[in-house]
Amino acid sequence: MFQGRSRFLTWMLVLGMAFLYIPMLLLVIYSFNKSKLVPVWGGWSVRWYAELFQSPEVWEAVMLSLKIAVVNATFATVLGTLAGLAMVRFGRFKGRMLLGGMLAAPLVMPEVITGLSLLMLFITMQDLIGWPAERGFSTITIAHITFSLAYVAVIIQSRLVGMGETLEEAAQDLGAKPFRVLTDITLPRLAPGMMAGWLLAFTLSLDDLVIASFVTGPGSNTLPILIYSRIRLGLRPDINALATIIILVVAIGVAIAGIILMRQQRQRDLELARISDD
Amino acid sequence: MTDTTPGNPAAEADTSLQHPPLGVRISRKVQSSWKTVVVFLPYAWLLIFFLLPFVIVAKISVAEALIASPPFSSLIEWTDEGILTIRIVIDNFLYIFEDDLYVKTYLNSVKISTISTILCLLLGYPIAYGIVRSPPTTKNMLLFMIILPFWTSFLLRVYAWMGLLSDQGTINNMLISLGLIETPIRMLYTEFAVYVGIVYTYLPFMVLPLYANMEKLDNTLNEAAADLGAKPVSIFLTITLPLTMPGIIAGGLLVFIPATGEYVIPDLLGGGNVLMIGRLLFNEFHANHDWPVAAAVAIALLVLLVAPMMAYQHYQGKQAEAR
Repeated sequence: MFQGRSRFLTWMLVLGMAFLYIPMLLLVIYSFNKSKLVPVWGGWSVRWYAELFQSPEVWEAVMLSLKIAVVNATFATVLGTLAGLAMVRFGRFKGRMLLGGMLAAPLVMPEVITGLSLLMLFITMQDLIGWPAERGFSTITIAHITFSLAYVAVIIQSRLVGMGETLEEAAQDLGAKPFRVLTDITLPRLAPGMMAGWLLAFTLSLDDLVIASFVTGPGSNTLPILIYSRIRLGLRPDINALATIIILVVAIGVAIAGIILMRQQRQRDLELARISDD
Repeated sequence: MTDTTPGNPAAEADTSLQHPPLGVRISRKVQSSWKTVVVFLPYAWLLIFFLLPFVIVAKISVAEALIASPPFSSLIEWTDEGILTIRIVIDNFLYIFEDDLYVKTYLNSVKISTISTILCLLLGYPIAYGIVRSPPTTKNMLLFMIILPFWTSFLLRVYAWMGLLSDQGTINNMLISLGLIETPIRMLYTEFAVYVGIVYTYLPFMVLPLYANMEKLDNTLNEAAADLGAKPVSIFLTITLPLTMPGIIAGGLLVFIPATGEYVIPDLLGGGNVLMIGRLLFNEFHANHDWPVAAAVAIALLVLLVAPMMAYQHYQGKQAEAR
């Protein structure tokens, strides 16, 4: 009886994947279009890639975006891990509800609101204490850390819940101090989760347009801001080339991260199996 | 399990009187206060950079627009007699509720995100179900393919549709060369394009919670119902659909909430023809420089989304407990 539905589901899967991937595939194909008019095919060429690499504007934007993404991911991973530990392992403490709310809200908050309110904060701070004197790298990074840390905290929380507390309890019964338990047992076991969090925070930062456009200042263009200012006026073949490079880098990065995470998981499983065998 | 942290202050003062070496003192300090640090750092960060900004926006939304820098009046002022006065101007809210444009934009945003959410569900539900029913290796591959677009640029995914939908775009070119149409159909810069864009970018947000929910379903229920002679349609309606309701709600909220405040999609694919509140807010702020009205629009949008946001958080809490 599932035969009929199964065929329907298979077709829906094919359709769904085609819907997700054909637009990106076309984006890549048209990046090799000789013609200046994106949708008109004029033969194969790599001239848009050459043009892209010669543009200092693009390089500056890429470097700024990468710098922001790395600093953001590092801070967000530290703060998000601390927040996740506090939420899962500290039992009840004063203000736990508020912390939970502040960690959940950025995940669903519309970007325009987050961007606007952070800009208002920066302007008010500038009035009161003279900092930040100018907006750019520092303000964008702070804005990104604020929403990225919430995503990291989600990953860490679910990882902590999944890990259970048996090993920690065992260590404590053997006389380890709570801080030692944290540094020697909890954090190493959390490492894969922290790595996943770091990568997520890194990509979220690279991807953000709306919040960055609110809190940036003159002259500080991140890559999304640069792309946006170009495509607002229509299709651009050089942006297709840029998109292709980004898709390629992401695909390679995700594949490598996936392989590393899978290997670590397998190793841990083997170790656990050995321990339980003994 | 015993709780050995944080030591009481009296005991701490006691140990410092004996003047142990600095390293030992520091490590003792760390031992007793690290939990406070763990909570304090993210807490302080979120209070300053997440909660405080909303208070400021709320404050500005009840201020008067001024031609100055910053372009709004201050809320609290000392009068000449040294009396503290608080001026609250609700004109900004009256203005956005009386102006037809704001009300229309508000309603149109809700309409567009509701319809998009339903479209995402109609497309995402069978996809999620299809993934659950696949053999394990294919399942992982398919899941990976659903997640992968997450990691590529959102902006460029929207841009891809500009190339497909424009007057000389891929779709129109194809239809013309097939002889189905003679003049291009206008698709880009219409509401239709906005629907396509939202469904395209938010589809994974619908599929993943649905998948997580469906994976836990017990297939024996379906088999039992089939053995007792239930038709596939009635099995679906009486067993599968009610059991997947939590997934539908989670996925629906994950699409509806961000879609309502969406800025990039209506701007790039809808052009000036599609009214949405996120785009209005952005323009009010960047083009018109009317900060108090932009702040009031933000507060109004927040009020609209508070109920679905709380519903989502409530649901997430229940999920966490269930684990």
